[in-house]
Amino acid sequence: MSIPFTTQIIYLLASILLLVAFAMLSQRRILSLINLFAWQGLVLSVSTFVVAYSTAQHHLYYSAVLTLLLKVLVLPWLLHRLIRKLNVKWDVETLINIPTTMLVGIALVIFAFNLAAPISQLSESITRGLIGIALASVLLSLLMMITRRKAVPQVVGFLAMENGLFFAATSATHGMPLVVELGIALDVLVGTFIFGIFFFQLRETFDSLDITHMEKLKDDNS
Amino acid sequence: MENTNLTLGILLQLCQLLLVVLMAPLLMGWVNQCRAWLQNRSGPGLLQPYCTLRKLFHKDAVLAHDASPLFRMTPYIVFGCMWLAAAIIPIIAVDLPFSPAADVIALVGIFALARVFIALAAMDIGTAFGTLGARREMLVSFLAEPALLMVFFTSSLISHSTQLPHIVETFAHHEFVLYPSLAFASVAFVMILLAENARIPVDNPSTHLELTMIHEAMILEYSARHLALVEWASSLKLLAYISIGIALFLPQGIAGVGNWNALPLAVAALLLKLVAAGAGLALLEALIAKMRIFRVPEFLGTAFLLAVLGLLIHFLLGA
Amino acid sequence: MDAIGILPLDMAVGAILLWMVLGLSGLVLQRLPHLITGIIFPLGALAALAVAGTGLWALGEPPGVAVLPLGLPDLPLHLRLDPLAAFFLILLGGASFGVSLFSAGYFRAMAGGTLGLLCLEYHLFLASMALVLLADDAYMFMVAWETMALSSYFLVTTDHHVPDIRKAGFLYLLIAHVGAVAILLSFGVMQGGHGIGAYTFAAMREAHLSPFWSSAAFLLAFFGFGAKAGMIPLHVWLPDAHPAAPSPVSALLSGVMLKTAIYGMVRVIYDLIGNVRWEWGVLVLAVGAATMLFGVLFALMQHDLKRLLAYHSIENIGIILLGLGMSMAFIGLGHPVAGALGLIAALYHTLNHAVFKGLLFLGAGSILHASGLRNLNDMGGLIRKMPKTAFYFLIGALAISALPPLNGFVSEWLMFQTALQAPTLTNDIVRSLLPLFAATLALAGALTGMCFVKVYGIAFLGRPREPHERPSTPGTGHDPSGMEQCGMAWLALGCFVLGLFPSYVMLMLNRVCVSLTGHGLSAGALTGSNWLWLVPTASERASYSPIVFMAVIVAVMLLTFLLVRRFYHGRVRFCDPWDCGFPAQTPRMQDTADAFGQPVRHVFGPIYRMHRELPGPDDPAPRFFLKIEDRHWYWLYLPTARLAEFASSKVALLQHGRIHLYLIYTFITLLVLLAFV
Repeated sequence: MSIPFTTQIIYLLASILLLVAFAMLSQRRILSLINLFAWQGLVLSVSTFVVAYSTAQHHLYYSAVLTLLLKVLVLPWLLHRLIRKLNVKWDVETLINIPTTMLVGIALVIFAFNLAAPISQLSESITRGLIGIALASVLLSLLMMITRRKAVPQVVGFLAMENGLFFAATSATHGMPLVVELGIALDVLVGTFIFGIFFFQLRETFDSLDITHMEKLKDDNS
Repeated sequence: MENTNLTLGILLQLCQLLLVVLMAPLLMGWVNQCRAWLQNRSGPGLLQPYCTLRKLFHKDAVLAHDASPLFRMTPYIVFGCMWLAAAIIPIIAVDLPFSPAADVIALVGIFALARVFIALAAMDIGTAFGTLGARREMLVSFLAEPALLMVFFTSSLISHSTQLPHIVETFAHHEFVLYPSLAFASVAFVMILLAENARIPVDNPSTHLELTMIHEAMILEYSARHLALVEWASSLKLLAYISIGIALFLPQGIAGVGNWNALPLAVAALLLKLVAAGAGLALLEALIAKMRIFRVPEFLGTAFLLAVLGLLIHFLLGA
Repeated sequence: MDAIGILPLDMAVGAILLWMVLGLSGLVLQRLPHLITGIIFPLGALAALAVAGTGLWALGEPPGVAVLPLGLPDLPLHLRLDPLAAFFLILLGGASFGVSLFSAGYFRAMAGGTLGLLCLEYHLFLASMALVLLADDAYMFMVAWETMALSSYFLVTTDHHVPDIRKAGFLYLLIAHVGAVAILLSFGVMQGGHGIGAYTFAAMREAHLSPFWSSAAFLLAFFGFGAKAGMIPLHVWLPDAHPAAPSPVSALLSGVMLKTAIYGMVRVIYDLIGNVRWEWGVLVLAVGAATMLFGVLFALMQHDLKRLLAYHSIENIGIILLGLGMSMAFIGLGHPVAGALGLIAALYHTLNHAVFKGLLFLGAGSILHASGLRNLNDMGGLIRKMPKTAFYFLIGALAISALPPLNGFVSEWLMFQTALQAPTLTNDIVRSLLPLFAATLALAGALTGMCFVKVYGIAFLGRPREPHERPSTPGTGHDPSGMEQCGMAWLALGCFVLGLFPSYVMLMLNRVCVSLTGHGLSAGALTGSNWLWLVPTASERASYSPIVFMAVIVAVMLLTFLLVRRFYHGRVRFCDPWDCGFPAQTPRMQDTADAFGQPVRHVFGPIYRMHRELPGPDDPAPRFFLKIEDRHWYWLYLPTARLAEFASSKVALLQHGRIHLYLIYTFITLLVLLAFV
């Protein structure tokens, strides 16, 4: 084995990222879901740090710290506050049962890996195997958004999807320019606020956070 | 040289046979002791399992009127299987002459053989709880077995061998490499270990509530020496599983081929690992709550999924 | 041997002729039933042994060829005995030896007329199966194939006064013929329009087909033979037809006849078409995995013992297909050595299944004979009444559950080893799929274990479940007679021999493989395998020694036993079962077969089509009702049947009942034909 040790660590972190994505997919409790999201942020932050160290790119250190602050501390805290305020500690309801979701998840992973294989061939960077994992975690987050009935898990899914994209950016191309990252971070933060407000509105209108109620909003003349 | 190595190997094999069978109740005692400490009890002491075994061997066996020969043979079969399983896993040194006789897949086969026999024995007397236990045990097993095989496949694909000695050689005595796939496999393996050894959250080893039992319900009709053998076999099974865990995920310290000087160190390392594993197991059991029986398929499904993910990641990353 | 001037082929033909003669004499002797069971069936068994011996002999010889002066003009009947046919002859002979011995005892109670017919059909069936294996041209093959289908149809409908059995027989005949048409078309594709002489297998081997036509031939053959083998979704006849036949016949149907379909597949795909493509392998893998899981999941839901065993035949066909699929994928992707291992695993499992499924069906027959029971829910405690049957059945159950050191384990182990060759592949999708298919195999294996714990635990262990409701049946039960026991003992011995000396079987199969694909096992496997060690690829990669395994376990058991006796005592007291001290215990508190399958029903719920009636809590006469149905009926067969009915109702418009109209049809047809041809 001639893979450098830092790359091995990045591989390991990438795998953990995927693991967390699956854990989120199988999670039934909102609180645990948010905690998992925080863990995912932590993994992301550490992996960014390792990439920064191994490639000696200083702006990645800033991204790592930014990720740590935003995704491990601020956003989970916000979400925790949100569910306390909304008093929604109930179990997550899923549209499809969890084992089936898992099987679909496995199929998605195989699909993503095979999709990423030709892309990875093009990339010359040390971490080219990782695009598949990043793609898989994006798809899994999207799957989570699809299969969840309640609004909060959907937001977590959205945020997790962003994590996957971020991971692809840092590991495969050694990060985006810092300005872009700051912009995205801000976007995510603002997005979360907007979602928060949206939740409150949703609850006031329907007395529930079940987004299936939104079907009532459509033009219903008949 | 070849001959002395073989002789030493056989000697070592016999030592390990003896060692595992004597050590298994101690491990059980240690786990129980840790559990007691974690639950703020003083605990029965490390040697309690030996005392229980001794007591059981002295008692008269009580059998139901229509117990068949199968019922009476099963404890010996189960004990033999588990003893063999625990004895051929390289935990001290890789030179075990018996080990190539059963690779990891055959190891799964040994566990399955023992399980089928004990489930059959549970159904032999024809009581309600016996069949209930057998049914649940088979439910747990048919999910755990493929997951266990997938864990083995992951490590076999990395080391290009299904033989535990070669797997240990690859992981312990070559350049140190982090295998993400093994990280997945190890999590899956811990889940399987909990399920297969009738531990919380799948089963409660110290339960006395009939309706929640799995393993205990199967052996309700056993008494005296038969019960002793079955209990001893379960402690051997726990030891075997922990040994597999050590061999696959923590093989550092196991003596390599022909390296007899490393043996004392290997034994010390083994003891350390077992102590840590026992304490870890107790801690896990203290932290998790027992789950409903129909959550078990989901639990084991997750284990299977993790093992499969490990395999896929191995194919993607080549590590 | 050559000095005597007899070739293996001659010997095989001789045995086939003997079978035919025996069958006919059975018809002649129908007034003397004790002669039929006392002489003809044992003689048939000897002929079977001769067939098996011929197979063993022919494995080491170059292929023998013969042309019989019979058959079509320009296409006389060709016979050929190559290693593949020889291997299947061993399977046929070995399994049918045990079954014929068993039959000699089993059919004693049968009335003379029926027995005479049965004897004819039985031996004709055996002979036609042997001819299928020996056939070397499409015509001969189809004749033997149809003879086999027809004779087995009559065997299935032995009890033709039961309407359900007639229905099962009809379904069987229907699907068998749909399959036969597909096979015929496949032969047609392979001969490629080169005239009638090209219908010999030798000509087909020479022919080079374009990828499109070879794929067409493959698909037709896969469909046709699959219908006979009971692969999904063409399996519906199997769980109806196999249990309908008398038990020894079920044993032959499941154990041997399904294998002729496997033989056909291997013959056509590897030998006649030749250049195997990996896409075919993936198709076979997918169908195999689905068949396997379907079979075992439905087996777990059954409470009719023979039906359950029939579903397990579906499962095992799935396992065999899985091995074939892996082998084809490897060969197609340019790894013939790994492909050879897969083929060997598949063929090994074919042989194993013949042995243990035969044994299990014979066991089921013994139970049926002794107690009149087929429904597991009525059984219980049979181990006390028929200990010997219980012993043989246990061996069969352990073997089919793929437990070491018996034979079922060896073939599944070889399949896992084949799947572990996946990293050599360059095709990403196949590479990541193979271990997943191996995982489904593990799942199926574990489910089989559960199913046979259920069967054995409920039939043989526990207490009789419904003793008071069945005073009329001879509920006493007893072990069968000597002949029957010999039959079961032979097959049980087979389970042990095939399980304990796997390297011999593997090396034997290696010859088959070399003759078919031109490649065999790796050098490491050939040098590493001996009587003690089974080495599929190289000794440092994998090895298995059932003998060491068995010896150590037995030694450890004996040691434990002696130590316990030496240091303690062997005192035993007997009392009532404890059961946690619950006072009232009745046999009805035990799990029934349906109850035992309940967790599976829960976990795999969506697969089944369930009708369930649960009694209310205050129902004075509670009755639990559960019916499990196969979804295939509803989405495939009933629509097909409706379509066929619709089409025939349209065609029926032509039918007026007036003879003039019919004459006009004939006239027009004649004119059209004369004008165009």
